[in-house]
Amino acid sequence: MLDADFFRRWMTATAVSVGREAERLTALDSPIGDADHGSNLRRGFDAVATVVAEKVPDTPGAVLVLAGSRLISTVGGASGPLYGTLLRRTGKALGEAAEVSTEQFTDALRIGVDAVMALGGAAPGDKTMIDALVPTVDALADSFAAARTAAEQGALATTPLQARKGRASYLGERSIGHQDPGATSAALLIAALAETAGE
Amino acid sequence: MSDGTGVSGEKGGQLVGVVLVSHSAAVAASVADLARALVGGGATVPVAAAGGTESGDFGTSAELITAAARSVDRGAGVAVLTDLGSAVLTVKALLAEGDELPDGTRLLDAPFVEGAVAAIVTASTGAGLAAVEAAASEAYTYRKV
Repeated sequence: MLDADFFRRWMTATAVSVGREAERLTALDSPIGDADHGSNLRRGFDAVATVVAEKVPDTPGAVLVLAGSRLISTVGGASGPLYGTLLRRTGKALGEAAEVSTEQFTDALRIGVDAVMALGGAAPGDKTMIDALVPTVDALADSFAAARTAAEQGALATTPLQARKGRASYLGERSIGHQDPGATSAALLIAALAETAGE
Repeated sequence: MSDGTGVSGEKGGQLVGVVLVSHSAAVAASVADLARALVGGGATVPVAAAGGTESGDFGTSAELITAAARSVDRGAGVAVLTDLGSAVLTVKALLAEGDELPDGTRLLDAPFVEGAVAAIVTASTGAGLAAVEAAASEAYTYRKV
């Protein structure tokens, strides 16, 4: 079973990972985006790490709702409302349980991913974070390690795609050949999840 | 019943508020000025600009949007117009939160400059939120070529 502390450690691990990889995310965002993905996400997850430590939310759902709200407030770019919605909707779907099973978390994360698709209007294959998150949800039924691998492969698989959402979509065919920064940061989120689970 | 269709004086004659959200503070403020200048003799519509981030950079700030919406809320609804990507997504996410924006806040599907002028001119007549929304959306149909 996964408790509030597990989700707090996940958010903290994500903040560490995003901080470590911020320059790489921004480098990926330079040719096809506006070169701020790393700095924006680092600002957001630093704020998340601070608030989940200060407020000590006591259920898994409360941790994710709080984290999502901080992301919407602090990121300043499109990744804020997108990741914020992912975490908030996942957290709300978990309800007020003190502990949740991996199966319950998987179901909730699927609701969160669906909410992100509805907010941004993106589907798999559009070269967005969705290309990492949809395979993640499918693979979570097996293990956290499988989810990490699925997210990383999903991110890598965005390279040959043509962007159909966001600023990169304005580039048309010139977006082809670049790995999507949003899918890459989503893979970091899931890698931090697997790390938190000890896998 | 809250969204009238242009009937002046509903909700005690309060005006619909308008919030302009841009990635740029200068763009948001300037479009607000332009729209106000084009109102003519109507009532003064509460308009607030929420441009850029709190630190003055280009981007979108949820805090600035929330503060702007609260500052123009007179009880007759708040019409929000946005420019690009993250501005749209942030307003939608705030609306989904349920308690971040005043009751009766609505994101308008409209071009930023033309929609803002149409919204503010319409609001200055005392029209309700639905009429303001319709006028702003109609700006999409104006062809330039």
